[in-house]
Amino acid sequence: MGPKRRDEAIVYDEINSIDDLPIGWTDEQDGGTYRLKKRSDEAFFGYAVGPHSWKKFLHPPVLRLWKAERKEKGFQILPEEQQTAKFAFIGVRSCELHAIAIQDKVFLDGKYVDPNYQTRRQEIFVVALNCSQAGGTCFCVSMNTGPKATSGYDLALTEVIEDSRHYFVTDVGSERGDELLQDLAVHQNATSEEQVKAESVVERTAAQMGRYLDTNDIKGLLYRNYNHPRWNDVAERCLSCANCTMVCPTCFCTTVEDTTDLTGLHAERWRKWDSCFTLDFSYIHGGSVRSTVYSRYRQWMTHKLATWIDQFGTSGCVGCGRCITWCPVGIDITEETRAIRETELKGK
Amino acid sequence: MADLERSLAGTSFCEGMQPFHISLLARGAGERAFQAGQFVFHEGDEANSLYILLKGHVSLEVSTPARGAIVFQTIGAGDALGLSWLFPPFRWHFDARAIEPTQTIVLDAGRLRAQIEEDHDFGYELLIRIASVMVTRLQATRLQMTDMYGAGDS
Amino acid sequence: MEPGIPKHNMMEALYNPMVPRPYLVSRTRRELRDTLTLFLEPADHQQPFRNAPGQFNMLYIFGVGEVPVSISGDAERTNTLVHTVRAVGAVTEAMCKLKRGDLVGVRGPFGSQWHAEKVTGKDLVIVAGGIGLAPLRPVLYQVQKHRSEYGQVFLLYGARSPEELLYRKEVEQWKKRFDMNVEVTVDRASTDWQGHVGVVTTLISQARFDPVNTTAMLCGPEVMMRFAVMELQKRGVGAENIFVSMERNMKCAIGFCGRCQFGPTFICKDGPILCYDRISNWFGTREV
Repeated sequence: MGPKRRDEAIVYDEINSIDDLPIGWTDEQDGGTYRLKKRSDEAFFGYAVGPHSWKKFLHPPVLRLWKAERKEKGFQILPEEQQTAKFAFIGVRSCELHAIAIQDKVFLDGKYVDPNYQTRRQEIFVVALNCSQAGGTCFCVSMNTGPKATSGYDLALTEVIEDSRHYFVTDVGSERGDELLQDLAVHQNATSEEQVKAESVVERTAAQMGRYLDTNDIKGLLYRNYNHPRWNDVAERCLSCANCTMVCPTCFCTTVEDTTDLTGLHAERWRKWDSCFTLDFSYIHGGSVRSTVYSRYRQWMTHKLATWIDQFGTSGCVGCGRCITWCPVGIDITEETRAIRETELKGK
Repeated sequence: MADLERSLAGTSFCEGMQPFHISLLARGAGERAFQAGQFVFHEGDEANSLYILLKGHVSLEVSTPARGAIVFQTIGAGDALGLSWLFPPFRWHFDARAIEPTQTIVLDAGRLRAQIEEDHDFGYELLIRIASVMVTRLQATRLQMTDMYGAGDS
Repeated sequence: MEPGIPKHNMMEALYNPMVPRPYLVSRTRRELRDTLTLFLEPADHQQPFRNAPGQFNMLYIFGVGEVPVSISGDAERTNTLVHTVRAVGAVTEAMCKLKRGDLVGVRGPFGSQWHAEKVTGKDLVIVAGGIGLAPLRPVLYQVQKHRSEYGQVFLLYGARSPEELLYRKEVEQWKKRFDMNVEVTVDRASTDWQGHVGVVTTLISQARFDPVNTTAMLCGPEVMMRFAVMELQKRGVGAENIFVSMERNMKCAIGFCGRCQFGPTFICKDGPILCYDRISNWFGTREV
């Protein structure tokens, strides 16, 4: 699986050769804006992240959990065949490595383990990519999640394009990565000059961040400001469309649907991606707990930046900027945080 | 100051109050306006003020998870808003929200509590009016509770 | 280690927390017009169902849907599961029509516990509102079995009207016990009713418990619990000694679907029983 041009965006899909990569393309991103543009060079990875994230493979959008048949005295569950395909992820950014690690904490580290996630997760081969340019909405530096990949990969590439040369400085992250590298004909040890070039590519990216998020006491800040008037302000703009939750690489919420056929003898249980922005999400008898857009936007943002820390030990945000880019009205999580911080409520 | 005293004197809450008691009230009082939809106070916040409404309309609400906010009473111009400042733990028991643009005179509760202690004549004048507000509201609440419009007992 | 919940391993044929086990309704009891108690026994296995007071199961009507329902029977009777269900939606309405011999899927037990065994020596103040008495009944059974280990025990129970008092005969039996203080109140009643009329929080001020040595356990509508907490704190009961049972939308019950979040807590695994101290920042904030 790797990046591919489709529907005027760079998405993650099955790729069969390097020709499938969006060579020579870049993206221009800002609040509510995403455009592809041709580059003047032939960079393989000269773009930031698109609307897809790797969660579509590890935490599938639609999944049947089980089928069941009614029996004389009871019912029989027919276990689902576990996913057997092995994935290789090509071009995983540092922010995305952190996002995968964050979802690992959700699905693997608690009292219960998600067997579907666990099977898919164990089988992936990861080729990471150190970004050579920052996206217009990126802020991985603020979140300490990049741009340099530091762990969680089998191989990590940094693309270097010079006047006469175009090469990838490759860092080995595992034995499997090393084995693969040994099998490749075209490689040699990188010179110290080449390594310095690779470092400077990453440094340049780090200096180009499109956004900045002040994470100082961010949990306390949001915990103190559940009634801040800024939530009114954002509620007037937010369409509650759920785009941010769909594109966010760490959002994991789902719904469960029970179905039956007309005979009533065969039932199925399905799991599907859902979003805290829907009214259904918080429905208890009588109505929805979060009936206003105010409360739903607040839930998403305080979960992502604050309560996630108490739940899982890290922020839920990796600074990829997707929520800013793909919000139809360009709501910016870094700007909302700044606005609350600057006009914090005093006393309660 | 004289303006505030005049405003206070014109309210039904202060009707019959001696001018020098009204002056005492006005000391340390301020004015505060609220936009339509703006919260005056939230359940659980420190109850620091007594509000006298000059203009507008405020709803008293309790919020429930699924049914949302339920309005159990509204308070209009001339009336007093806020009773929880009288007794510990001095925390609001309900939400209060301006339904339309509302102007209020705000009296500092800490000061009022001290004044009530120091000057019992003043304290009596204030508390008898507050008691009257409480009795009126209690009687109304009791009637509301009987669900007298209901088609029959559920 | 929670009772009845083995840590997941890859041999999911043995146990998968998303797969219900079939149970049969052995009998039912109509409690109120819209409320039914189900007595369930396993359809296909003989293992005892170990659970603790406060926990809940996900109950599944084949092909219809699944809802969380607190366990409301004696936790030590491990061969029968007792659930009191009120008809408030499609699945619970179907459950309230169940008869002896019908099939129910069960996943669980899930959630945190009242942990009465951790507060021996204390006075207990148990405040229940409406159907909130159901998740508290198991802890009442537990305390009654170990009565001498506790100080004074108060049950303060309120409902909308006399017709909506749950487990009425049982509560009257408890009221007769010398070792329990049981007070029942309704919001309104006809003149046939001889007991208290008034909201349940008014019973708290009259109960003579020792605030410094009291643990309070509350279950009922959230508004009721908020005001009960206020009353208890006015009397001097510490926030760390007050426990509430919370409710939110639930689908998976194992912390993965994200729907039951209440601030930083997942009601399905950190709750439903939560210490007020832990959630005071969110309890009482609108639409959290």
